[in-house]
Amino acid sequence: MLKLFITGIVLGILAAAGVLYAYPAVDQHREPSLLKVAPNGGTTELFHINLPDDRIMSRSPGQSASVPESLVWPADERFASAQFGVYKLRNESDVVVGLAARAAASEQSGALVEWVLHLPARGSQFVSMQTQPPASGVRSGVLRAGSREFDNRDGSVTVRWVAGVAGEQNAPDGRIELKTSYIGKRSGSE
Amino acid sequence: MKRIVPLVLGFLVGVALFAFGLTHNPFLAKREASPISVSDNAVTSLSFDSVAARSVFLTNNGKSRMVPNPKDAQRLWEAPVRLSQVMLTVLNDAPGQPAGLGLKFSSRSEKTRLLYGEALVDSVWYVYLPGRGSLFIDQTENYWGFINDIVIPAYKNSANSWKGSWFGDLTIAPGARGAARVTGGSGALQGSELAAVESLSVTAYSADIGPVVAEGRLLIKKQAD
Repeated sequence: MLKLFITGIVLGILAAAGVLYAYPAVDQHREPSLLKVAPNGGTTELFHINLPDDRIMSRSPGQSASVPESLVWPADERFASAQFGVYKLRNESDVVVGLAARAAASEQSGALVEWVLHLPARGSQFVSMQTQPPASGVRSGVLRAGSREFDNRDGSVTVRWVAGVAGEQNAPDGRIELKTSYIGKRSGSE
Repeated sequence: MKRIVPLVLGFLVGVALFAFGLTHNPFLAKREASPISVSDNAVTSLSFDSVAARSVFLTNNGKSRMVPNPKDAQRLWEAPVRLSQVMLTVLNDAPGQPAGLGLKFSSRSEKTRLLYGEALVDSVWYVYLPGRGSLFIDQTENYWGFINDIVIPAYKNSANSWKGSWFGDLTIAPGARGAARVTGGSGALQGSELAAVESLSVTAYSADIGPVVAEGRLLIKKQAD
């Protein structure tokens, strides 16, 4: 009886250790990466944000109402001109694959337009955009930094607004399209 | 039947013994303070309230202990983002005055290995400092010490809470000496390559709503010599 009990203890310890060793405590859901090979080398990937559905948070100085409506913006006047938006990010198949944030500030506090794309199973990208809106309507930027899959990547990003069309169910207001181009590894990296 | 009962009982005791050993192993994740925390070369130190209700904005899948703020914030329920959280908070400088806004995306890491005392979170910060520019911070955090020292004792407590004084560095990678990598985005900080460590100081925690009194800190320094 005692031998069986002790055997059970050993088995219990081994089983618990084995389960913790073999079974992943975290298993992020992955959608296939829809990468395309660019004609001049490198790869491109297209993401988009359907509005208004994918807008999680939004606040800008000229906006009559924030999202969510009960958002309380900090009172400090230095943050008054800052624009922040957080969105769900979709791939070409219209499936949510991550999150995106856009920050913008006016000339008085140092002009900037920047994006952070966060794809939980893959990594994050930090992108600095042109601060002046171009006549073409397509704003371009550079990939400044990245993590994990996007670590040490050289690349660029273009962002454009595509107005919604009547009868469009997924994005009645329109959508923001982000096209990322990864050219290669940054010089000096492995 | 006679043989199965002691075997099953022993098995359950074995599992319990293993759990006890894992959570009381002094060699797991007892990390010294990061060298970055104790070196000079300081660029800036930014503190923030780590309590969900005092953030500007916080959302997750809605099932986490950290309750979304405001309450009507859209939840992250889709499978690829379900293990993620986004928080926007005011960052204060050393005298405690608002210095900027910090947006943090964090996702549970697939590199988590509880057997080795690693409860990992991959996170990035976007830091906006008006008049100075912006920073991007990329890091992996280990919450094992926090879970072991605060969360588990809070669950064991009959009041479902923990009170005390806990301080720990969370950042463990990917930069040199276990620091986070910091990249300057715009303004005076553009092009700068820095290092950072995020730490957490907790004095009250509730098993129901998460941190009750807690302050985070981002210590940003020049690259370690």
